[in-house]
Amino acid sequence: MAAPGRPAHPLVELTRARILEFLREPEAVFWVFVFPVLLALALGIAFRSRPAAPLRVAVVDSGAAAQELARRLEGADELTAVLLAPTAAAQQLRRGKVDLVVALTGENEGGSAPQATGSLVVRFDPSRAEARTARLALREALRGPGTDEPLHLREEPVTEPGSRYIDFLIPGLVGLNLMGSGMWGIGFSVVVARTRNLLKRFAATPMRRSHYLLSFALSRLLFLVFEVAALVIFGWLAFGVLVRGSVTALAVVCLVGALAFSGLGLLVAARPRSIEAVSGWMNLVMLPMWLLSGTFFSYERFPEVTHRAIRALPLTALNDALRAVVNEGAGVRATIPELAVLGLWGAASFVVAVRLFRWQ
Amino acid sequence: MMVANVGSPPSPGTAPAIRCVRLVKRFGEVTAVDGLHLEVARGECFGLLGPNGAGKTTTIEILEGLLAADEGFAELLGHRWGDGHDADLRQRIGVQLQETRLGERLTVFETLRLFRSFYRRGRPVEEAIALVGLEEKRHARVGKLSGGQRQRLSLACALVGRPEVLFLDEPTTGLDPQARLQVWDVVKAFCAEGGTVLFTTHAMEEAAHLAHRVAIMDHGRIIALDTPARLVASLEAEQIVEFETAREVPAAALERLPGVRGVASSNGTVRLAVTEMGAALPALLAELDRLGAPLAFLRTHQPTLEDVFVRLTGRALRDG
Repeated sequence: MAAPGRPAHPLVELTRARILEFLREPEAVFWVFVFPVLLALALGIAFRSRPAAPLRVAVVDSGAAAQELARRLEGADELTAVLLAPTAAAQQLRRGKVDLVVALTGENEGGSAPQATGSLVVRFDPSRAEARTARLALREALRGPGTDEPLHLREEPVTEPGSRYIDFLIPGLVGLNLMGSGMWGIGFSVVVARTRNLLKRFAATPMRRSHYLLSFALSRLLFLVFEVAALVIFGWLAFGVLVRGSVTALAVVCLVGALAFSGLGLLVAARPRSIEAVSGWMNLVMLPMWLLSGTFFSYERFPEVTHRAIRALPLTALNDALRAVVNEGAGVRATIPELAVLGLWGAASFVVAVRLFRWQ
Repeated sequence: MMVANVGSPPSPGTAPAIRCVRLVKRFGEVTAVDGLHLEVARGECFGLLGPNGAGKTTTIEILEGLLAADEGFAELLGHRWGDGHDADLRQRIGVQLQETRLGERLTVFETLRLFRSFYRRGRPVEEAIALVGLEEKRHARVGKLSGGQRQRLSLACALVGRPEVLFLDEPTTGLDPQARLQVWDVVKAFCAEGGTVLFTTHAMEEAAHLAHRVAIMDHGRIIALDTPARLVASLEAEQIVEFETAREVPAAALERLPGVRGVASSNGTVRLAVTEMGAALPALLAELDRLGAPLAFLRTHQPTLEDVFVRLTGRALRDG
């Protein structure tokens, strides 16, 4: 090493300068070092190794035999079982909260031993890897002690619209898109206007400042129609994904969701002076929701203690409300808890954004 | 350089449009404005002239209500910012900031329509466009305009609310001479209709051409304030002789020369304020010869505000 203070080779000095500049940019350090670790941690928890994340099987609760079956499955490796009413079981399967549903049929109903006679009906979505794994685990678990005879399982792959993975995915993508376009659309325009001194110029006019901020939310509402329509129509044409609820309910949920993310977008853009800084903040806010809010897989995968916090996130609320309307035909009233979460996020972030907003 | 005025300063007796008393603004360790006093009458076109960093922009932004003063106060049309009349004051002023880049994807017309919407009263958009001569660019996007056209659009945005007081921060910096003349014409027309203007500049021609009165600023203070003609007259010189020599010449040797009223030097250039060229020039050449300091260049010009600044600070305006 050269003595401190004496310049080394230009390439060494240039490299050193780069490193110092990088390390003196706290945001960069966060995104490069800390953030990937957090990301890995979150994904690691979501996709824990098998023993920690058993496959979830719902047993349709039809009496003592069903309860016996559930106990037996619960005892098996790699499986957890819950007893559910038929409609609840179907709903949880649709939402990806359970991987597979088992129901007793025929003479077994109310009987004692499921494996004696009759059959079990197994419902699952074959397009989901976890569901196929759960089916194998179930077959293994039901091999009676001392018999190699597998049970007679009647498999009913779920393929009707409304219950497939794509039905789960499309509303999640609508939610994700509302978040992304709301946050990026607003965040970028605000920060660009700030770097151009345009915000200061507006502040020098009699323009009411809240009008300026509200105009972003209002302009979002127009684009919203096209964004949502494009995805929903695509899902319908390409995969036959149906909107079971009313268009009005869908519109209300999207509207409230878009306003909530407009508020968050304004909040994130309230202070930063550069595109780089606002991008970092955007990612910080959005990436956790990408992972946690059940867009691509159900948040039921995360440990139960986290569910309450995850449900408080705006994207989770939006996704849950969208799925209720699109997949389950829920009306506006049924989604009021989610709408309340969204409304609170939107109103609180708008109020804070107006107060923090840097006009120059 | 000729000193031209828009007209004589307005008659006293009208209440001031702008008044600053002991104004102080600090940014950390730096005192940008340092106890500034200023009064601008209604209908006056007033120039703040000084190098970069003199505190001109800070002063004008305090008056525009965009910055808060640390000490002292500023009054605009008889009100202070924050005394409950802010919304009303904003309706009555027009502002052009240094370097605002208006949205590039809007057209000239759309931009002005937006700005017009902020004001209760104002000019029709078409009138504002005509005022700055952008009729042919009405439907051109801002991104396609030249620097001079953008500056005129920015001026139109400041004028569209029919302001009583117009603030212009470096209105022609970076413009070519023709674009600069166009901006000056708009400002002069505004003054001719009785509007009050406060502008900043580091170009002495601009101050001399536009302003009824000029305040020369340096280090956050006003170091001279008068009409451009009287400021120049204070040099008591008919001509300025500007020269550089290979070796430095002691100022004392030059002050004694016949016909020389003052000596100022900045960055190796010496400027002599001369009352009698016929006597001063041969004497100067003889003196330089005697000192063994051959001339690198020499030229003469009519005295300007620049010479006033050099006399007062020992620096040239453009040196900062």
